[in-house]
Amino acid sequence: MRIFVPLDAAARALGADDVARAIQAEAERRGIDLTLVRNGSRGMIWLEPLVEVATDAGRLAFGPMTPADVPALFGDLSAHPRALGLTEDLPWMARQTRLTFARVGVIDPLSLADYESHGGLKGLRRALGMSGAEVVKEVTESGLRGRGGAGFPTGIKWKTVHDAPGDRKYIVCNADEGDSATFADRMLMEGDPFTLIEGMAIAGLAVGASKGFVYIRSEYPDAIAQMQKAIVAARAAGILGASVLTSGRPFDMEVRVGAGAYVCGEETSLLNSLEGKRGIVRAKPPLPALQGFMGRPTVVNNVISLASVPVILDRGAAFYRNFGIGRSHGTMALQLAGNVKHGGLFEAAFGLTLGEIVNDIGGGTASGRPVKGVQVGGPLGAWFPPALFDTPFGYEEFAARGGLIGHAGLTLADDSVDMLQMARFAMEFCAIESCGKCTPCRIGAVRGVETIDRIARGDSAAVPLLEDLCNTMKAGSLCALGGFTPYPVMSALTHFPDDFARAKEAAE
Amino acid sequence: MLDTTDLERRLDAILQDHRGQEGALLPILHAVQEAFGHVPAEALPIIAMDQGISRAEAHGVMTFYHDFREKPAGRTVLKLCRAEACQTVGADALADHARQVLGVDWHGTSADGRVTLEPVFCLGLCACGPAAMIGDRPVGRLDADRLDALLAGVR
Repeated sequence: MRIFVPLDAAARALGADDVARAIQAEAERRGIDLTLVRNGSRGMIWLEPLVEVATDAGRLAFGPMTPADVPALFGDLSAHPRALGLTEDLPWMARQTRLTFARVGVIDPLSLADYESHGGLKGLRRALGMSGAEVVKEVTESGLRGRGGAGFPTGIKWKTVHDAPGDRKYIVCNADEGDSATFADRMLMEGDPFTLIEGMAIAGLAVGASKGFVYIRSEYPDAIAQMQKAIVAARAAGILGASVLTSGRPFDMEVRVGAGAYVCGEETSLLNSLEGKRGIVRAKPPLPALQGFMGRPTVVNNVISLASVPVILDRGAAFYRNFGIGRSHGTMALQLAGNVKHGGLFEAAFGLTLGEIVNDIGGGTASGRPVKGVQVGGPLGAWFPPALFDTPFGYEEFAARGGLIGHAGLTLADDSVDMLQMARFAMEFCAIESCGKCTPCRIGAVRGVETIDRIARGDSAAVPLLEDLCNTMKAGSLCALGGFTPYPVMSALTHFPDDFARAKEAAE
Repeated sequence: MLDTTDLERRLDAILQDHRGQEGALLPILHAVQEAFGHVPAEALPIIAMDQGISRAEAHGVMTFYHDFREKPAGRTVLKLCRAEACQTVGADALADHARQVLGVDWHGTSADGRVTLEPVFCLGLCACGPAAMIGDRPVGRLDADRLDALLAGVR
């Protein structure tokens, strides 16, 4: 009997370890030969712990499971009170286009045999038969853009590093996924770490870098442990090392752990941190592509960008490019979070409208109350009211509506949430996490909290001051922390003016 | 107070482990905190010397990052997520409850030395908030009753 219980941190947070132990104990009690696989999560977090039993017809899903539901797994499966049917047939699964996350939740994350039998290493093998410039061209033509939030074309960044002179170059994977509502990087590293390794190896071969780092935030202990194990296994199998898959070309990598600084998700701050310095933002230019880690040419890419490379090399640039809308090609791992009925990870081609994502996929709020707004793109993203739910999910489409897609995290809030408080929190967070290098961010965020407090006390004269402050932060900050904090603040003020006028009315 | 000879011996072993590593300061600070439960003030000048930087620089790096402690934490660290996704499902009220039952503010340690309360900005458990880490265990959909039960289980 083959049973799957996710080891994903979200599944564990909802009791997966207890369920796994109960399954093992029950199998032992019944003398059943059990293979228990701790897989990644399928992404349906509201159904976690989601247990799957392999049958001749396919994998049957059961969830959310508790230890009390375990004995019935060894009886008539169709009569199990938590039976959901075939996993692949569940609407959430059937509607997705899983390219980057094709193996997450499906395979044993640390089994290379499983990885290869599900298409793993095909991209790397193809890349090994190509020149670096050809690989860069393939990635450029795929239309892949930075999935961390900035949306910069990945191929163009790679070309800069490829063309830069230098005997030592680096691949740095930004796994400092600090944005609230985002967990795609975590799920990928926990559920299919070899895909990231393969993507980084391809990047290394493409630009001529032989060393890579994955900078993972310390808040992700499971992902850190999983990546470390996978790197050891990949090295033992000859995927990493002095001769990648006996090609004679070297690439190796290591995990580095962050230390609780949000700003280190910004690439230049991350590079300073990696060098053992304070995570202070660097002015650009010079671009990290030319003078990055230790002053050497460096590719800095998000986890999902790098993990999307293997499928692009395997299936070809045109295959990937044909998904999406406008200048947003391929797929995006949407993450539905906060007060949401069906929360989790949903990979789809760009182009779904925000309303489809929130209502059809997410099912609205968990509380059952009306959706008041959705913050798209993490703490530095704008709040979107239902009036803007017709916005198609794409980089330019969201920018045109005064927002950003960021790392594709969506936080739903119901009508009990006070948008003035959310705006205040955005400023407070910026003040706590500012690296302190530039004045608009360091001082502006503190003044922002004070100004919003004035508005909260009914002082409407402070509103233009807040707008002015936001403009200064937006235009004058060195990086996205100070530069984008105005997005949640101004969108809250623009779309939910009532929340900023309530105290005034009370005062009058 | 740590025995100075013991500290130097253990610290030296950590520094040896990181010899030749590019940008070794963060890995060293993590290893020191893992070994001692905090980064002892006596360790910083030795680390600085080893890395060829000034004491001020080493201090600057250590204090920049929220993770590194100057003093040991309580026996268990409770990290409560304060970020937006968890806020939308009641994280603020849960935090108020935690501070009240532990009798501490953020970063504080309960009087009996059992629990240190730390804020955390996102654990990547945003679809099952309010989220927390108690020790090394992730917890989702936390509420006041379950938090009380979890805290009762902490020795």
